[in-house]
Amino acid sequence: MATEEMQRPLEAEQPLRTTERGAEGVYVAPQWKLMYWRFRKHKMAVASVFVLAVCYLTVLFCEFVAPYDPEVFSTRYTLAPPTRIHIRDTDGNFRLPFVYGMKRDRDPVTLRPTFVEDTSVIHPIKLFVQGSPYKLWGIIPSNLHLFGIETAPEEQMLFLVGADRLGRDLFSRIVYGARISLTIGLVGVLLSLIFGIILGGVSGYYGGMVDNVVQRIIEFVRSIPAIPLWMGLSAALPPNWPVVWVYFGITVILSLISWTGLARVVRGRFLALREEDFVLAARLVGSSEMRIILRHMVPSFLSYIIATLTLAIPGMILAETGLSFIGLGLRAPAISWGVLLQEAQNLRSVALAPWVLSPGLAVVISILAFNFVGDGLRDAADPYSR
Amino acid sequence: MLQYILRRVLLMIPTLFVISLISFAIIQLPPGDFLSSYVAQLRAQGENIDAAQIAILEEQYGLNQPIYVQYWKWMRGILLRGDWGRSFEWNKPVSELIWDRLGVTMLISVLTILLSWAIAIPAGVYAATHQYSFLDYLMSFISFVGLGTPSFLVALIFMWVMLSVFGVNISGLYSPEFVSAPWSIAKFLNMLSHIWLPVVILAVDNTAGVIRTLRANLLDELNKPYVETARAKGVRETTLIWKYPVRVALNPFFSTVGWTLAALVSGETLVSVVLSYQTSGPMLLRALTSQDMYLAGSFILLLSTLTVIGTLISDILLAWADPRIRMEG
Repeated sequence: MATEEMQRPLEAEQPLRTTERGAEGVYVAPQWKLMYWRFRKHKMAVASVFVLAVCYLTVLFCEFVAPYDPEVFSTRYTLAPPTRIHIRDTDGNFRLPFVYGMKRDRDPVTLRPTFVEDTSVIHPIKLFVQGSPYKLWGIIPSNLHLFGIETAPEEQMLFLVGADRLGRDLFSRIVYGARISLTIGLVGVLLSLIFGIILGGVSGYYGGMVDNVVQRIIEFVRSIPAIPLWMGLSAALPPNWPVVWVYFGITVILSLISWTGLARVVRGRFLALREEDFVLAARLVGSSEMRIILRHMVPSFLSYIIATLTLAIPGMILAETGLSFIGLGLRAPAISWGVLLQEAQNLRSVALAPWVLSPGLAVVISILAFNFVGDGLRDAADPYSR
Repeated sequence: MLQYILRRVLLMIPTLFVISLISFAIIQLPPGDFLSSYVAQLRAQGENIDAAQIAILEEQYGLNQPIYVQYWKWMRGILLRGDWGRSFEWNKPVSELIWDRLGVTMLISVLTILLSWAIAIPAGVYAATHQYSFLDYLMSFISFVGLGTPSFLVALIFMWVMLSVFGVNISGLYSPEFVSAPWSIAKFLNMLSHIWLPVVILAVDNTAGVIRTLRANLLDELNKPYVETARAKGVRETTLIWKYPVRVALNPFFSTVGWTLAALVSGETLVSVVLSYQTSGPMLLRALTSQDMYLAGSFILLLSTLTVIGTLISDILLAWADPRIRMEG
């Protein structure tokens, strides 16, 4: 326990030492700077920010990052394993990363297709290769891809994580799937933010009867098991809706429940801040209620809200994945991680081609990254604490 | 105390009413109904079905009446006769289909709560009292991975590992010979020998959360003056930790046991779909996709009701344990 007490002041002093401006820096630093200093100490959170940045850049430029068109299929590559990347050829010489040609064979006993490397053909992996044409954001035509091999897909394809049942490149599909899976969380959280701030704010600011009613509603919503409710609601989305509609339908359904968590945080903060001296002071000098809320109260709990929002995103991503996985969310022509995982429902294909589980890895990585960032933000949210 | 319980029970009535409304609304939402798809199916099979027959079927299922009448009839049946309506697809009363499945779902959920507490409470206390130790970091890491991995994915990986390493297919709640057998002690034992799997999978998720929250709560408590006082008076460290701060730090868990239950029922639904367990999840999914409205509605209604009752019980327990709550409430 004694060591605990010793550690705390030391920890708090760290930002002092990390600034060039010296000890006084910490007293005059604006709040966002204090938060930045505190956040920087959470190493996992900082690393996760980079992970998320890469993820969202991928979302933005998925046509460019994906080496192939996610819809192009070929029976030749059915459940082809990940292509092995070599840096050493058969003569023992080191060279830039390359793959060997792939020959398709059949197992004489099980008649199952097998893939063997043909070491006489070498395809070097290059950056910025010309490949299948696409339209970036549906507007800018191009055929440049971040990486790939320059061989036509009919001859040889590069499968970073393998191919799916129809011989489509799984990596390209995961990259395209990120566009739906990673944005659905953001849009959903935005919607629940609107619900949460309005209801939580009203509840916390006015208190009394209003507070009671909103609290009952929140308790009620939270006591209903979410998945059965989501299942029921998303089963109600007409199956002939276009993908974009279903996408927004699902986000609305998800935020119908998740606003409650946010509303509780906002309410708690409002209740605490209402009693603060600076709010009383603002009231005494005759500020309007709107001004007190927007100018004085919101800035002081904004950081908490951002932290809570970040922690709410993974839940949304999980929910979408789960719903699409059981077939009640987005459906096949749409590509999301949940849709891709549907293929893993068939135990036989998992046993035959374990890489169909790889979209799950993408889910886990992005959820962990959001959790770490959220954790770091929550710790940093109140730079004056401890 | 009695007054408190009575008030809480009375408060439950409007809640249950709203739940029943929502459940009914959900099953009315999908365009079309079971009958129209059933008729379409019959027609596709080349059977001749005329308008009169459809009208008879509609009459039989009560589908030609206004929605509020349908709701009223459904509710009256449940409240007065315990009649939950009829499943179109199974052509059986809903009540014959759901109870044992719901029972298994609830059994899994309760076992999961118990298991995850049994693991998480000692682990969380250790992590808090030995902050920044190797085991603390290890547990933080494990719980983060647990939080990040959706339970249905854990179930998938579990099945794959079991199949590829041990060559065992672990799907199914009962061994084949028991699936359609009536309930017996042998069937129950058979179920118990399978049920540990979803319990462990769900517990991974839940344990992670409990460890993290307990660690944070306990760290706050450990710095309070009363702990110092007790230590100064010479109370043994183990007794001290477990008797005072742990009890305070555990309070939030008992008060949110209802939400935990709701979350577990949710998770169980997905896990059971993956493992094709004969619990409420897969049947609800099937009922929803085939628009078997009374079956789906009854499941949603009952699952929600059970979690509301769970919350009530936990509230009562909490009020019993902590007098401050029954004074305020």
